[in-house]
Amino acid sequence: MKEFGYQRVLEVSEAVSVLGADPDARFLGGGTNLVDLMKTGVERPARLVDVRELPLDHIEVAPDGALRIGATVTNSDLAAHPEVRRRYPALAQAVLAGASGQLRNMATVGGNLLQRTRCGYFTDVAGPCNKRLPGSGCPAIEGEHHNHAIFGASEHCVATNPSDMGVALAAFDAVVRYETADGPGELPLADFYLPVGDTPHLETALPSGALITGVTLPPAPVAAHSRYRKVRERASYAFAIGSIAAALDVRDGVVQEVRLALGAVSSRPWRALAAERALTGSPATGEAFAAAADAELAAAETLPHNGYKVPLMRNLVVALLTELTEEAAR
Amino acid sequence: MAPSTSSVITLTINGEKHTLPVDHRTTLLDALREQLDLTGTKKGCDQGQCGACTVLIDDRRAVSCLQLAVAAEGREVTTIEGVAEGDELHPVQQAFLDLDGYQCGYCTPGQICSALAVLEEHAAGWPSAATADVRPEAGPPPLSPDEIRERMSGNLCRCGAYVSIVQAVARAAEARTAGTEEALA
Repeated sequence: MKEFGYQRVLEVSEAVSVLGADPDARFLGGGTNLVDLMKTGVERPARLVDVRELPLDHIEVAPDGALRIGATVTNSDLAAHPEVRRRYPALAQAVLAGASGQLRNMATVGGNLLQRTRCGYFTDVAGPCNKRLPGSGCPAIEGEHHNHAIFGASEHCVATNPSDMGVALAAFDAVVRYETADGPGELPLADFYLPVGDTPHLETALPSGALITGVTLPPAPVAAHSRYRKVRERASYAFAIGSIAAALDVRDGVVQEVRLALGAVSSRPWRALAAERALTGSPATGEAFAAAADAELAAAETLPHNGYKVPLMRNLVVALLTELTEEAAR
Repeated sequence: MAPSTSSVITLTINGEKHTLPVDHRTTLLDALREQLDLTGTKKGCDQGQCGACTVLIDDRRAVSCLQLAVAAEGREVTTIEGVAEGDELHPVQQAFLDLDGYQCGYCTPGQICSALAVLEEHAAGWPSAATADVRPEAGPPPLSPDEIRERMSGNLCRCGAYVSIVQAVARAAEARTAGTEEALA
C-alpha cells in the first residue's frame, strides 16, 4: 500500500475544503471497500479525509413526509431503523441482503453509493481495465463475464454496480444530497451514475470534490408494500447475480402503481421503467407480470456467458410481483 | 507539502489505553497483533471476507483487517482477550467449548466476537436477511437456526464446524434469555 496522510474532520465545511485543496485526497467512510482497494493498489490516495465523525449520522422524517438519511448512517442502522422497515421495507431487506453483519456495521450510506465494481479485472492491477486504467482495454468482454451487465454496457466496459441498497433507492426515487466548497447540491439517483460510454472511469455526476451528505426518499405510500429479492451463488454473504426491488399497489385486481428496479445487471441500479409503464393499469396476473418483464428485457444485450440473466430477471419479476399481489389480497 | 504518513495514537483495548506510533497504513488487526501482542485476533483473508479478525468496536462487531488503526482512535475496542471475566469464561465461550464449536480453532476468536454481537443485535430487535417480515410491527424473529446461520454468515470456518457453531450460538442465546429473566425476576 502506498503511504498516505490522514486527517479526521468534524465539520462538513472542513471536509470539503480539505479535499478541494488536495486533488489526490479521498474521503474515508467505513473503509470496507476503499481500504481493501488500497491494499491491492487499485486506489492510491495521498491523503485520507476521515468523514465518519461528521454530524451526518441521523435518519429523520421531514415535515413533508420524506425520509432524510444522513451519509454516515451505517448500513446496519439504516436497516434497523423502524421508519425504514415500516415505510420502505425493501430498502431494509436490500441492505440486510448485502455483505455481513461486521461489514454493515462499518459501511456508510454515502460509501455504499460510491463503492466500486467487483469485476475481477478491475481489482487485478496486473492486467488491463478501462475503468482502472483508461484506454487499456476490457478483458471481461472476451473473458470472464458471467456476472456482467446486460443493460447499458459499452464496448469499453461491461462491469456491474454491486450495491443492493442502491437497487431499492432507485425504485423509490431517491435523491442524493451533496456539499461542495461552493455550497450544497442535489442529484436524483436516476442521474447520479453516468452512462458508461467510452469513459467507464467516470462513474458519478458528483462535482469534483463533492461530499455526499445524505439521501432523501420522497414520500411514497406504495413503498410500504415492497420487497427485495436477491439471487446469489451461495445462500448468504455474496454479491448478487441478479436482484430486484419491487413495490406494488393493486386494487380490484388492477395495478394502480408499481415500482421495479433490478440489480447486478448494469453499471447502475437499473430502474425498469418500461416494465412499470407496461404494467400500470394492467391486471395483476402472472401473464401481465411476465409481459412487463419481457418489455424491459427486450433491451437486454447479453454476452456469451451472462445470457442466463434474462430468464433469471424475468422469473424474479414474476415471482416478486406475484408475492406482493398475494400479500395485498390478504 | 506532503502530509505526514504516521501518527502517535491512543487506542482503548479491553478497557486499557495504549499509546503507540502507527504508520497510517496499519490496520487495527496488525496493530493488535504486531504492536500490542494481542494475538488472539486472527488474520485470515486480510480482505474482509472471512471474519477471522472480528472484534467489537464501540460494542459493535467489525472486521479489524479493514479498519485502519489511526481511524479507531477514540473508540472502544474489545478483542477475544477481553471477553472472559478473569478465569470465568463468557457464556458464549463456554457454549463453544461445551458443544465443540470449532475444529482447528483458528476462526474461533472471530466466531465468538461475532456471536456476542449477534446476541446483542437480536436483543435490540434487528431483523436479518432471514427474517420473513422486517416491519417493526411484526416483532423480533425467534433466533432460529436459519437466523443464526444468516447472522453468522460473515464468519467462515474452513474446517466446517458450522453445525456445532450454530448449536453453540443457540445455547448462548438461551443462557442469555434465562439470565435476563432471572435478573428481572
